Amino acid sequence: MRPLDPIARSYAAFSSALLDPERAMPAVVGPNGKMAGKRYNVYRNNVTVSLIDSLAAIYPAVQRVTGVDFFRAMARFHVRAMPPVSPLLFEYGRDFPNFIDTYEYAQGLPWLADVARIERAWLDAYHAADVTPLSAEMLAAIPPELLARAVLTTHPATRIVRSRYGAVTIFAAKRSNRPVGYIGAGIPEDALITRPDAEVVVRNLPEGGAEFLTSLMAGQPLGEAAASALQGSPQFDIAANIAGMIEAGAFTTINPGDIHAS
Amino acid sequence: MNATVLSGPHAVEPPRFPALRVRGLAGSSFKHEHLAAILDEGRQRRFFEVHAENYMGAGGPPHRALEVIRRDHPVSLHGVCMSIGGPGPLDKAHLARFRDLVERYEPALVSEHLAWSTHENTYFNDLLPLPYTEATLRRVCDHIDQVQEAIWRPLLLENPSTYLAFSESTMGETEFIWRVTERTGCGLLLDVNNVFVSAVNHGFSALEYLSDFPLARVGEIHLAGHAEQEDDEGDLLLIDSHDGPVADAVWKLYEIVIGRCGPVPTLIEWDSKIPDWSTLKAEACAAQKILDQHHREVQHAAA
Repeated sequence: MRPLDPIARSYAAFSSALLDPERAMPAVVGPNGKMAGKRYNVYRNNVTVSLIDSLAAIYPAVQRVTGVDFFRAMARFHVRAMPPVSPLLFEYGRDFPNFIDTYEYAQGLPWLADVARIERAWLDAYHAADVTPLSAEMLAAIPPELLARAVLTTHPATRIVRSRYGAVTIFAAKRSNRPVGYIGAGIPEDALITRPDAEVVVRNLPEGGAEFLTSLMAGQPLGEAAASALQGSPQFDIAANIAGMIEAGAFTTINPGDIHAS
Repeated sequence: MNATVLSGPHAVEPPRFPALRVRGLAGSSFKHEHLAAILDEGRQRRFFEVHAENYMGAGGPPHRALEVIRRDHPVSLHGVCMSIGGPGPLDKAHLARFRDLVERYEPALVSEHLAWSTHENTYFNDLLPLPYTEATLRRVCDHIDQVQEAIWRPLLLENPSTYLAFSESTMGETEFIWRVTERTGCGLLLDVNNVFVSAVNHGFSALEYLSDFPLARVGEIHLAGHAEQEDDEGDLLLIDSHDGPVADAVWKLYEIVIGRCGPVPTLIEWDSKIPDWSTLKAEACAAQKILDQHHREVQHAAA
């Protein structure tokens, strides 16, 4: 590697100690021979606190579950280990749910990472492109004999989060200001996150719904998606699930299957 | 709100906005929590400033809110993380997003900072200070040239607030800024609170700084609140916190600046501990009063 010029070294030294309190501060100065320790620490503090704040803004339900002090301690670890790589802070924190899964002090809250995954998906849906969702009329216009082979286009806001726990109920309770009673976290729940218009909507999917939508989002025809959902969940109700996905605005277009294909 | 104007594969042409003048106007940061209160008041004699990065998502409520605001008011697009003062090349994707916003919203003012925030792959989310040398001057000028080439208009560069200095620096901040404007033709965003904060922190005179500053190139003024801490020696260290009302001393400096620069559009920044709209509006009205007073005095003198 080419040796750094003095100015490049100066930037490197300044930045490398910002998120590392153990590292010696750079050779910066205060005015008139004053020391610069507290002065440099203003930047250290701005960087760390603002990044913790941005995680708190992305994950408010997680913070309500853990309490502010626990959340900020956990977020500080993550910010130092994985600072943002993009200047767009609404893209930050994608690794935070996986970090929560491995965070020693959060092991007693095994569903917490899934609540975080729903919150991350919520923010993606919030910023996603605005596209008019597929309507019931567009769906009804497809001749019944072509329906099984029809393929859907996923709405840019649509996300699925599957949980072995009651993460959707916990998310909904912690995002609202209503008092929360006992929440049974043990029942698996799947979330469908969409934004058909101005508001992000998070729904608890019925049995087989996640398999069905995941297959459709992967480009499988309607018939195959329904079959695989039925295989996994004998209770799967195709009519109710199609009505639900239209109401949620999970897709944008439907392309009828080729009538000549066998 | 009308959903049909939004972009997407089947959307109609994006809306064109009225060309609204900003000279002589005061304004404030636009915060989404104030949207309903602002819309209740209808069109106001005011402009709004947004941080560009908050509108770099593909769609959603941020764009809907900004479209509504922009229909009735001039908007100032204020970039926070271009890292113009940084050691590396500009982020091309980020510059393209910035250019797209300028095209989409036709802002009356476009600005960025004399600071850096990205080093190699890490984004630090703060406006970090740079040494003032011939090498950093060349790089800052290159970066501003690239931005101006992309957006097809002059950029307003904001003077920083800083807490420390670099022994490598070979010139003062005002000389650095003079030379940047001469080489690139960029305009300036004079943050009067930053001047005050830096003057206290570095022990120089704010008035001397202003008399060394290229005031003729100032296209916008920022005012904001600051917080107080102590340095290592126990002396006052001011923090550019944007979390409260503008300090009296900053208002006094501002009146002096308006006396010298004329009615330059003036923005109240408030980014943290955000108050209700009436409080923020009152700050903008206080700035408007000073701008209007100046206008009356100039007219009177000409009569």
